[in-house]
Amino acid sequence: MSSAADTSKNYLNHEKGLWSWLTTVDHKRIGIMYMITVLLFFAIGGAFAMLIRLELFAPGGTFEAQVYNQFMTFHGAIMVFMVIIPGIPAFLGNFVLPLHLGAKDVAFPKVNLMSWYCLIVGAIISFISLFYHGADTGWTFYTPYSIQTDNGTILLVLGAFVMGFSSILTGVNFVATTHRLRCKGMGFFQMPLFVWGLYSTAILQVIATPVLGITLLLLAAEKIMGIGFFDPKLGGDPVLFQHFFWFYSHPAVYIMILPAMGIISELITAFSRKVIFGYKAIAFSSVGIAAVSFFVWGHHMFVSGQSELAGVIFSFLTMLVGVPTAIKTFNWVATMYKGSIQFQSPMLYALGFLFLFTIGGVTGIMLATMAMDVHFHDTYFVVAHFHYVMVGGTLMAIMGGIYYWFPKMFGKMYSELGAQLSFVLIFVGFNVTFFPQFILGAKGMPRRYHDYPEAFSFLNSVSSIGSWTIGLGFIVALIVIIHGLLKGAKAPDNPWGAKTLEWQTTSPPPHENFYTDPVVTGGPYEYR
Amino acid sequence: MSTANVDRSGGGHAHHFESAEHEFDTSKFGTWLFLCTEVLMFGGLFVAYFIFSNLFPETFLEGSKYLDWKFGAVNTAVLLFSSFTMVLAIYYAQQNNNKKCANMLMITFVCGLIFMVIKYMEYTHKIEMGLLPGDMFAFQGAESSNLGLYFSVYYMMTGLHGSHVIVGMGLILWCWFRARKNEFNSGYFTPVECVGLFWHLVDLIWIYLFPLLYLID
Ligand SMILES: [Cu+2]
Repeated sequence: MSSAADTSKNYLNHEKGLWSWLTTVDHKRIGIMYMITVLLFFAIGGAFAMLIRLELFAPGGTFEAQVYNQFMTFHGAIMVFMVIIPGIPAFLGNFVLPLHLGAKDVAFPKVNLMSWYCLIVGAIISFISLFYHGADTGWTFYTPYSIQTDNGTILLVLGAFVMGFSSILTGVNFVATTHRLRCKGMGFFQMPLFVWGLYSTAILQVIATPVLGITLLLLAAEKIMGIGFFDPKLGGDPVLFQHFFWFYSHPAVYIMILPAMGIISELITAFSRKVIFGYKAIAFSSVGIAAVSFFVWGHHMFVSGQSELAGVIFSFLTMLVGVPTAIKTFNWVATMYKGSIQFQSPMLYALGFLFLFTIGGVTGIMLATMAMDVHFHDTYFVVAHFHYVMVGGTLMAIMGGIYYWFPKMFGKMYSELGAQLSFVLIFVGFNVTFFPQFILGAKGMPRRYHDYPEAFSFLNSVSSIGSWTIGLGFIVALIVIIHGLLKGAKAPDNPWGAKTLEWQTTSPPPHENFYTDPVVTGGPYEYR
Repeated sequence: MSTANVDRSGGGHAHHFESAEHEFDTSKFGTWLFLCTEVLMFGGLFVAYFIFSNLFPETFLEGSKYLDWKFGAVNTAVLLFSSFTMVLAIYYAQQNNNKKCANMLMITFVCGLIFMVIKYMEYTHKIEMGLLPGDMFAFQGAESSNLGLYFSVYYMMTGLHGSHVIVGMGLILWCWFRARKNEFNSGYFTPVECVGLFWHLVDLIWIYLFPLLYLID
């Protein structure tokens, strides 16, 4: 593009009208479309969560058991397949990856748009199932129950299958982009750590998601034709489904957390004004986590009747994941040491991540210990553990990322005070909601039940009150974003004084990202 | 797999690439990645095949006897030949010969069609006999009690493969239209190349399916 900097033109006003958005191949616009859809799905999934906590506020029922089962299933399926998996790669990653690499776009812009439509079509199919008795299997679709229950489950399963293609296409695109579209002077070790996170994630998306695809296809065929793969009557095996399912769904946990760790690396170095400590250690630990994650799926199946030897091996390998994870955590803390830390809202979310994710990680090691897992299996302890990882980890990173890149996305600033208030509400509410669930689980309260005995009532009430605080926090966060969009002051090009490439172009960036092709001469974090 | 409306006649390329070559390499790299996902998707079925054939060797042996290896062999030959014509199509595109390229693509397409017709004949014959998957199995006189499981494996594997053949045929037809419009030249033949890679993978999977399903004995 001829360069005379006409900064009134940017990607937002490059073309006009709804149609120009729905047919766009600009990665930044696709990122914004993902933002809108993911936030919408998050609101729906969150509403189901509120209904779950409403039912569990006190013993005795508000809703029927069957209705509760559907709340729980849709909360899980929406949050996993429509929010957390596309949340960082497809939304923030889409916007930031090419900017971080100094590229004009992702490698395959049309495929990128297609992946968004896959998500939409899959989501619509999933929601249609609500009109066919919904689904009540939980998001894991375990056989043999999922084979026997209502046929609405088929639609949810097929919806998840289609959404899988969205994830696969994003993964293919990001791997190719990272390999082929780095700007001049940017080797692999000059890439920002968010890119390393996205790259490891994309590899997982490419390798793991097709296995989920075939698993869900077989489950649908099982329900439609009774093919018997998972049915003992014909010599099939319900546990085979669990193996297939977790072969994808454990790496999927890292599809959710690796890019989150990438964002945290960006935030901590930017707000400590200090070069990241142990760049290569963090980069390689991302790849390391991705590699190990394919060999740990059996930790979901300690009580499924798999052999004890397999159990021991899976237990050992699972604990191995703790090593690269701890390497990252120590490096982040070391980065902050003697840094000039500024407690702006993105940094607050990053610190929230460190605190909550550490609890989630350590309880994960507890669950990986076979003897303890026998006690904790399918209790609220597990629920609390993975919410500390998924919400305390991934969601905190998404929020931090939104507030970090918001000025770049829209060229506006938001109310810092409001953003900090939302953080306090979410952080406090989160702990009030989920910490009691560790205790409930340790006391033996099983997950997925719509009711419980009197003895569990106090902690459940506390947990429900906490959930309203989280809800309030997210409403405040949404108001802050909308207020920023409408009334925000104009954002400077680099409000945080950060060093990665996206801050060296205008806010918002022009259609082709940079006015002159960037050339990199040093590392991504040259603070001091 | 690139941005719309780029003039390719004189080495043009989409705006985010440095050169036509850069774009070609990247597209090919992306195609390979996509093929990885295909291998893993079929991988799930192959794993199921090996688990069940190990658990029930007699069932699988009996099941394979109801398949006619002659049909399978003809289809293998047809697909191998089509891979050869696909290679020629790429060769002619590189030689700026769109006419011959289009002809080769059409032959490849027809081979795919022959494959599907034979598959259709096999399917209807099995369905008439009641050799159906799983619960729907209605054939009288099977020796194994769970012969339906073998046919579940058979229909899932050949069905998923067949759907890939159909998709491949669609892609080949798309290339054929573009070749007819003289769109390919020595500097730009990315679609033929990438569709070719996909088609070879589809062939390759069949080459594994044929002995696994038809030639157990
Ligand atoms: Cu796991």
